[in-house]
Amino acid sequence: MGKTFTTPKALSKNHTHYCPGCTHGIVHRLVAEAIDDLGIQGKTVGIAPVGCAVLAYNYFDCDFQEAAHGRAPAIATGIKRVRPDLMVFTYQGDGDLASIGMGEIIHAANRGEKFTTIFINNAIYGMTGGQMAPTTMPGQRATTAPTGRNTADTGMPIRMANLLAELVTPGYVTRQAVLKPQQVNKTKKAIKQAFQYQMENRCFSFVEVVSTCPTNWGLTPLDALKWAEDTLLPYYELGDFKVPE
Amino acid sequence: MAKVLMKGNEAIGEAAIRAGCKNYFAYPITPQSEVAEYLVKRLPEEGGVFLQGESEVAVGYMIFGAAGAGERVMTTSSSPGISLMSEALSYIAAAQCPAVFVNIVRGGPGLGGILPSQGDYFQATKGGGHGDYHLLVMAPDGVQEAVEMTMLAFTLAEKYRGPVMIMGDGLIGQMMEPVEFPDDLKTEPTNKDDWATNGMDTRKSKKRNLVKSLFLDPAALNDNNLALKAKYEQMKKEEVRFELYNSDTDYQVLITSYGTMSRVCRTAIDMLKEEGIEVAMLRPKTLFPFPEKAVFDAAAKDSCKAVISIEMSMGQMVEDVERCVKGQRPVEFYGECGGDIPSPEKIIDIIKGLL
Repeated sequence: MGKTFTTPKALSKNHTHYCPGCTHGIVHRLVAEAIDDLGIQGKTVGIAPVGCAVLAYNYFDCDFQEAAHGRAPAIATGIKRVRPDLMVFTYQGDGDLASIGMGEIIHAANRGEKFTTIFINNAIYGMTGGQMAPTTMPGQRATTAPTGRNTADTGMPIRMANLLAELVTPGYVTRQAVLKPQQVNKTKKAIKQAFQYQMENRCFSFVEVVSTCPTNWGLTPLDALKWAEDTLLPYYELGDFKVPE
Repeated sequence: MAKVLMKGNEAIGEAAIRAGCKNYFAYPITPQSEVAEYLVKRLPEEGGVFLQGESEVAVGYMIFGAAGAGERVMTTSSSPGISLMSEALSYIAAAQCPAVFVNIVRGGPGLGGILPSQGDYFQATKGGGHGDYHLLVMAPDGVQEAVEMTMLAFTLAEKYRGPVMIMGDGLIGQMMEPVEFPDDLKTEPTNKDDWATNGMDTRKSKKRNLVKSLFLDPAALNDNNLALKAKYEQMKKEEVRFELYNSDTDYQVLITSYGTMSRVCRTAIDMLKEEGIEVAMLRPKTLFPFPEKAVFDAAAKDSCKAVISIEMSMGQMVEDVERCVKGQRPVEFYGECGGDIPSPEKIIDIIKGLL
């Protein structure tokens, strides 16, 4: 019997800097597995965000370009427009994509740019140390919302997948999670599907992944999974929000 | 090739195509929107890419992406738009990607006005974005030179692997002049396989490329900044371009001026000559690298009593002129920047006041 579990080729051998219990590592692996499955490592270009995944290029083994905060979809647009034969994906967190990068993601999605966005939603700014994000839940504590997010003052959390699905332009928009093994499997399928749509030159594809940030939530990894299940999933509903016809 | 009559903005668009650039991203802004309106028709004929971005911020990064993937790419904008692109310019310079930015300067600060200005000299030459970087900046004095500099810009951007700026002004963009497109300014794109993110399959080594500007290790960041500095030092040796006018006379005053303003100064010099007053002009064609030694030498001439920088600004290039004259002669300044261009008669009055 041969090996049944190996490191994906599109993943480097480097140790990550992610905190214990952080789910970035899972999603990195899923992206790398999709790249391997589709045999596109040699023509894939990733765009790293600003935030915890800024060093994502240390953990993938494919060409990578590093963006300014929120600008990854504009960089991906530039690459994909001039080299439509390349497979291009952005990997962005919620501070990056849903706050400072809102303009870039909306317009890239609305133009139907033929690249893929992996959107990690853990309801907080990670790299800068736990500040409130547009996705932070009502009452959730953050360093810039020490008594909990006051929605009368800061509005309600933004549901990016719902928002992008409202655009009339065709696209693939889905929200998945990596809190349980079944969810991980579904997320893998969604990521692979997103890349397949890109390979077929069909549409913009967007995979939101509900994730955890035990460090900045102040929870143990296991408690973080439970908190996400109990608090995030009722608000961030899982499933496909839009599929191309 | 025969000369054709073209508007500056359209000629810049055509020059990019003739230089082998097939990719253009832009956002509309007066007084340069004709570049986009021209290229939206011309680029499809060439199998090229035209995209109107949602903002100058996004366009700056579309340029970064395309340049990072190793393709020749250009954008054009005007002052407030260049401010927004300056974030991307800092990243492009740091990540060492070749790209061409055209600034058809309008009056500022703020929304300012839509008439010609040279108020973006500081922004262009001293770095509009954050960090230690420079753009290679060329300033045309007419449509023909705008064409030649635009074509040359792609070659220089690749030679130095960095952003190059053409700094015109509203008049250069809006006026029509006869132009020709020299074939010899078109160069073959350089091989970018050792750095561009164009897919690992592209290169024999199969090693991946990174286009990045983050260096958390102090030594690595210092090394990157030293690499940038080395390029700027090389530019100072190899790319300084300027023109001297009426400098073979015993001139009493040396004018420093560039772009549209230099054309008015030229007329003033001719008129003063008829009155028996000799005045010379040094016109920088490259604003960075600045013609430091040429300014020093021209000011040092025995007959020269004073130097005056004449600009469509409130006094920007004059700081570089003062720096280069090194106190040998008094350095004066005259400028207007509401959008009206000073007349030759006005310049003559100012010069006579120095004698």
